[in-house]
Amino acid sequence: MNYSEKVMDHFTNPRNVGEIPDADGIGEVGNAKCGDIMKMYLKIDGTTITDVKFKTFGCGAAVATSSMATEMIKGKSIDDALNLTNKAVMEALDGLPPVKVHCSVLAEQAIKAALSDYYQRQGIDPEPIVGKVPECEECH
Amino acid sequence: MKKRFIYADHAATTPVSDAVLQEMLPYFQTHFGNPSSIYAKGRENERAIMDARARVAACLGAQPGEIFFTAGGSESDNWAIKGTAIQLAAQGKKHIITSVFEHHAVLHTCEFLEKQGFSVTYLPVSPEGLIDPADVEKAICEDTALVTIMYANNEIGTIQPIAEIGAICKAHGVLFHTDAVQAVGNVEIDVKAQNIDMLSLSGHKLHAPKGVGALYVRKGIRLPNLIHGGGQEMGRRAGTENVPGIIGLAKAMELATADIPGKIAKLTPLRNKIIDGILKIEQTRLNGDREHRLCGNVNISIVGVEGESLLLMLDNFGVAASSGSACTSGSLDPSHVLLSLGLKHEVAHGSLRLSFGEEFTEEDADYILSVIPQVVDRLRAMSPMWETIVKEGRKLV
Repeated sequence: MNYSEKVMDHFTNPRNVGEIPDADGIGEVGNAKCGDIMKMYLKIDGTTITDVKFKTFGCGAAVATSSMATEMIKGKSIDDALNLTNKAVMEALDGLPPVKVHCSVLAEQAIKAALSDYYQRQGIDPEPIVGKVPECEECH
Repeated sequence: MKKRFIYADHAATTPVSDAVLQEMLPYFQTHFGNPSSIYAKGRENERAIMDARARVAACLGAQPGEIFFTAGGSESDNWAIKGTAIQLAAQGKKHIITSVFEHHAVLHTCEFLEKQGFSVTYLPVSPEGLIDPADVEKAICEDTALVTIMYANNEIGTIQPIAEIGAICKAHGVLFHTDAVQAVGNVEIDVKAQNIDMLSLSGHKLHAPKGVGALYVRKGIRLPNLIHGGGQEMGRRAGTENVPGIIGLAKAMELATADIPGKIAKLTPLRNKIIDGILKIEQTRLNGDREHRLCGNVNISIVGVEGESLLLMLDNFGVAASSGSACTSGSLDPSHVLLSLGLKHEVAHGSLRLSFGEEFTEEDADYILSVIPQVVDRLRAMSPMWETIVKEGRKLV
């Protein structure tokens, strides 16, 4: 498996690992059977994501994409986070091996799942805003 | 502990040893002749190959004329299985017996033959990774052409009851092939005493170079030619011989089989020390029987961590190892070997294989045992799966 230096850096020194005890939104995607689970915690103030943490069970690419995705949305607006694509995460990591592209999809979905949870907690139907977060099987 | 570099993936490949390399070197430039040529430079290489054939045969209890040099284990497996299938289909025998946890070189060959109209029985294995010879006997029917069962499993290192299976096949008049790629040099093999009709082996697992192997075919069994062309390999596998590779294989075989009891006596306690050390970590499990096991193989599942991450972190600590996780298999499913033992997917994803050779030391074992708990702690701390398991008080193994 040929990982870029950036992937190895984010795997070896992942940014924003952990939990936010009083998170405003929590999203978990993937499943143990497939070998990848990502859990994303968001702290939101107004329309700004003030803090983000993650926990990931998965391969090197899964850890690296989670780490990079958290860096890319921290301090940004909810809209920016909603517009973050798996492609952008991959590009920021200088690419991923083809068999690992699904890891970047999972990272995008983890953010969307956390934002859905945030809106639900606000009593707002998340689907018109966030869209449908597909089940793990659908991404393969 | 000071960082060390430990190559713990001998089941994947091994470095060419000095003694093997020295024996090979003259055959690149000085003795470069084509063994089929009539002049002295050719004839001396023909003799060298004859000599190598006899040396390899002696290591297995075979006759020189029963050894065919190939490009490796996968080629040998393909030749033995497809060759037997073609040969015996003419007699109406179109049934093959194998097991669910064979190497892909065997499994995919059998699947190919199924598409060609052969029927294949895939025998189950016990939760300890052993095949029951009684299952082999029960599966044999009138049109069984071949039984192909691996000698030792490449992932979990379990050693199969080969002599028992050989005796059953002989009694029923069915041919018996074994993929012994992981076994040669680790267990005493005598093809005659064990009633093995065909045996595949590979050079690079025992300090010979990559790209050379052999197939033992008992005298009297006629396999169709693998490669049509010139008269090399007694006319069965055409193409100018890989002379340096063949010479290297002969030397490597001699060295690997010179003192197998000594190797077992040296490595078994180290292997057990590593197994017991890792099993001290909660929610871990040894995969494969401990007794009937290669002396240099450790395979353990560690709940809550994923195999590839584990390997990358171990690599940072200088330890090169392997895993049966989906991420390292290049598919979404974890290793078919681990699943065949009845492991849950999530447990199989967290597997670690350490396989080592004769140079492995007590210090290496201590280093590995100092590194693994740190790596596991770190990965579990960031694993949402482990978090859930702990929260719910679940035991996965």
